[in-house]
Amino acid sequence: MHAEMTQQGAAATGVAANAEQFLTFMLNGEEYGVDILRVQEIKGWESATEIPNTPPYIRGVINLRGTIVPVIDLRRRFELEAIDYTSTTVIIVLRIRTGDSEKTMGFIVDAVSDVYNVTPDQMKPAPEFGGQVRTDYVKGLATVDDKMVILLDIDHLVGADAAFGDADRTAH
Amino acid sequence: MSVDISQFHQVFFEESFEGLEVMETGLLQLGVGEPDLEAINTIFRAAHSIKGGGGTFGFTAISEFTHVMETLLDEMRAGKRLVTREAVDVLLEGVDRLRGLLGSARDGTAADVEEIATTGRRLEHLLNGQQADAVASAAAAAAEAVETHGWRVRFVPAPHLFQTGNDPARLLRELTSLGPCRVDCDIARLPDGADFDPETCYLSWTIELDHDVPEAAVREVFEWVDNDAEILITPLASEVAPAATAAPAALAAVPDAPERRSGEDRRHDESRRQGESKQAATASTSSIRVDIDKVDALINMVGELVITQSMLSQLAADFDPSLIEKLQSGIGQLERNTRELQESVMSIRMMPISFSFNRFPRLVRDLSAKLGKQINLKMAGENTELDKTVLEKIGDPLVHLVRNALDHGIEAPEVRMANGKSAAGTLTLNAFHEGSNIVIEIIDDGAGLDRDRILAKARERGIVGEHETLSDEQIFDLIFAPGFSTAAVVSDVSGRGVGMDVVKRNIKDLGGVVEVESTAGKGSVFRIRLPLTLAILDGQLVRVGEEVYIISLVSIIESLQVKPEAVSSVAGQSELYRLRDEYLPIVRLYDLFDVKPDSENLRDGLLVIVEAEGRKVGLFVDDLLGQQQVVIKSLQTNFRRVDGISGATILGDGKVAMILDTAGLIQLCRTQYQPSKPWQPERQVA
Repeated sequence: MHAEMTQQGAAATGVAANAEQFLTFMLNGEEYGVDILRVQEIKGWESATEIPNTPPYIRGVINLRGTIVPVIDLRRRFELEAIDYTSTTVIIVLRIRTGDSEKTMGFIVDAVSDVYNVTPDQMKPAPEFGGQVRTDYVKGLATVDDKMVILLDIDHLVGADAAFGDADRTAH
Repeated sequence: MSVDISQFHQVFFEESFEGLEVMETGLLQLGVGEPDLEAINTIFRAAHSIKGGGGTFGFTAISEFTHVMETLLDEMRAGKRLVTREAVDVLLEGVDRLRGLLGSARDGTAADVEEIATTGRRLEHLLNGQQADAVASAAAAAAEAVETHGWRVRFVPAPHLFQTGNDPARLLRELTSLGPCRVDCDIARLPDGADFDPETCYLSWTIELDHDVPEAAVREVFEWVDNDAEILITPLASEVAPAATAAPAALAAVPDAPERRSGEDRRHDESRRQGESKQAATASTSSIRVDIDKVDALINMVGELVITQSMLSQLAADFDPSLIEKLQSGIGQLERNTRELQESVMSIRMMPISFSFNRFPRLVRDLSAKLGKQINLKMAGENTELDKTVLEKIGDPLVHLVRNALDHGIEAPEVRMANGKSAAGTLTLNAFHEGSNIVIEIIDDGAGLDRDRILAKARERGIVGEHETLSDEQIFDLIFAPGFSTAAVVSDVSGRGVGMDVVKRNIKDLGGVVEVESTAGKGSVFRIRLPLTLAILDGQLVRVGEEVYIISLVSIIESLQVKPEAVSSVAGQSELYRLRDEYLPIVRLYDLFDVKPDSENLRDGLLVIVEAEGRKVGLFVDDLLGQQQVVIKSLQTNFRRVDGISGATILGDGKVAMILDTAGLIQLCRTQYQPSKPWQPERQVA
C-alpha cells in the first residue's frame, strides 16, 4: 500500500493537465476504474433490504443518511463467482447519469485499490471480444505500472441495463 | 455589463403566469359598463409587468402583444373606453394567447402564429374601432412630427430612485450616446442643507434630443426606471402639433387633453405605486415563494429527525431503570416537538385549493355561453389546504367533473323553467377537511343521474347481468366503468376525450376515492376524498421471515388468524378463504416476493385482509409488528418503479423497509402469482 501511495504521489505531480483521475477497485483479481468525479463516497458493506422481483445482482436498498440507495453486486452483475463479503468488501457510492436525471447507486466490490491519473494516450479502446461478451460499458483499458486497469463507463453499465429502467416493467 | 439573464427566466415565467391568472380573475370580475378602477388597475399592473419582463428578457413577441392589451386597459382605467363584454372577451382571449406565447417561450416550442395574429387583429380592431378617427388623425400628425424633429424628454425621478439601484447620471449618459443633447437640470426640489438626504433624488431634467432617433430607442433608455420616475417623451415639434404629443405613447389619446393626460398619468402612477406597495405587503404575509427542492430537503431532514426520535425510543425501552423515567419524559417531549415540527414543515407544501378552483370561473363562463345555459358558480372553502402534489394532480379530474356537471347535469333554461326551477342553474364547488382527508364536492342542481338509463346501458353493454339487482350507489358507480361513455349516459353531447374512468383512476392514484349521490330532478353531488399529503402514511408493519413490510392502514380491513376449515382451494391452484359470506384469494407474500418465511403453514401466521379498487385479498404474513407513521421515500429517485411496491421508508433501527402498494399487489397476483405449494388440506393442516 505504501509503495502504491508513492507511485500515486509521483503520478500526481508529473501528469499532463488533461489527465483524468480514476478510482480503482478490485473485482475477482482484476482492477477496474471509475471516473473519480462520480464517486460520492465509499462505505463498508452493510446488509441491504431486498427489493422483491428484481435480478439477484441488485442486492437491495440501503439507507444512506435518509436517502434510499440501491446497491448492485458487481461480481454478480458481471456473472463472476459469488463470494462471501469480507472486511474489505465495500460499497462505492456513485452518481449515475441516466437520461436527464442523476441517480445515486452503490456498487459492491471486493476492495478499493488506488487512484490513478490516466492521460488520453495511456487509454486504449476496449478490443472487440466478439460473441456474447458485451463490452459497451468498458470505456477503455489503461496500463498503469504494467498493470491493466479496466475503465468502466458507469452510466452505460446502468443505462443499458433493463433492470434499472421503468420500461421493462411489463417484461417481467 | 454582461449578466446572464437567462437565470431569471424561470422567475419571469412563474411571475408572468401568475400575472395572467390575476388578469383572468380580474377580467372575470369586471362588471360590464361599471368599471371598478381598482380592478382595472390590478389587471393593468399585471399586464404591465409581463410586458416589461418580456421586453427585458428579449421576448419581443410577448411584450408587443401585451402592449396592445395594455393600451386597451390603459384607456379603460382612464375612463376613455367603456368596459364592454366584447372588450372583456377579446382581452380574455388575449390572456389565453399570452399563456400560449409564454408557454412556447419557456419550452422553446413554436407558438401558434396564426392564432396569435387573429387575436392580435381583434385587439387592434377593438383599439382602433372605437376611436379610429382620433387615432388616425393623431397618428398622422405624430408621424409628421416624428419625421423631422428630435424629442423632448421630461425626466422626473421619484425621490427613492437611488434605492432602486438606478443612477440618473448613467441614464443621461446613455441618452447622450443616441446623439447630441441639451440637458436642463431642474433643482427646484433641492432642500436646504440640513434636510438634505444624500440617498434621495431631488433633481429632475428636461432633455432635448435633436437627433432623429426612434421613440422606442429613447424609451428603452428609461425602461428600468419606468415605475420609479415620471417620464414624458414629446416630439420637439409638440408646440405646433399638441394633438400628437401623447399619441405615439398611448396610441389613442384624446386629442384635446395632452396636459390632463400627463396629470392623470401621474395620479395613476401614484395610485399604482400605492397599490403595489399595498399588494407587496399583503403578499409577503400571505405567501412566500419557496423552491420546492428546498422544501423537500427540509421535509427529508424532519423525516430523519422522526427516525432519530424513534431510535431513541427504542433505546429507552431497555435502559438503566433508575434513569428511565427522566429519559422517557424527555423522549415524550422530543416526540411532541418533532411532530409539531413535522406538521409545520409539511404545511409549507400545503397550498389552498383556490389555486385549482381559480380556473373555474373562466371555464364556467366560457362553457355556459357555449352550451347556452345560465349557470351561477358558487365556491366555498377555497382556503382549504392540501399538498401541492395532490393539488396539481387533482386539477384535471376536477375540470372533467365540472364540465360534466355543466354539460350533462344542469339543464337548459327552458327545461328548468318547465320543471319549475329557476332558469339559472347553480354549480357549487366545496372543499373542507375531514380527519386527515380533504373532501371536494361538486354539486349541481340539475337533472340528476338517470338511474334506469344507466342500468339499461350497463345491461346492454354486459357490464351488469340481466337479473342482477343493484343499489343506487352501485348503479351510480357504473358511470366510472371503463368504456361507459358519459355522453351515452345522460345526453348526446360527446367528443370529450377522457372518460369518467380516467377521473376515477387519477383519483385512485392519489390514494383517494370518488362517490356519487344523485336525486332525479334535484341534482347530483360528486364527492372526492383525498389524503392531505402523499409524503406520510399511517402504516402497519408486518413481518415475513427476516423482512419487514409496511401496509397502509387505510387499505387494511382486518387481520385474523387462519381457521383451517375456512380455507379451500380451486382446481388445486388458488387458495380461497371464506370470510363470513365472501371468498377471498389468499396471497402468500413469501411466494410473491420470494423470501424465506418462518413457516409455510397457514395456521402459524396471520392473514391481513386488504382491499383496493373494490377487490379484497388476504395477505399471508408471519407476524404483525407495530403501527406507525412512516415517511414515504420514492424508489424511483435512485432506482425505478417496482410492481407491488409503492415506496420505501426508514425504520427506527435505520433499516429500509418496503411499503406495499395494495392495488399493485392485487394486480400482480392476478397476472403472475402462482403459489408454489398449492393448498393440500391433509398435508398442511392436519
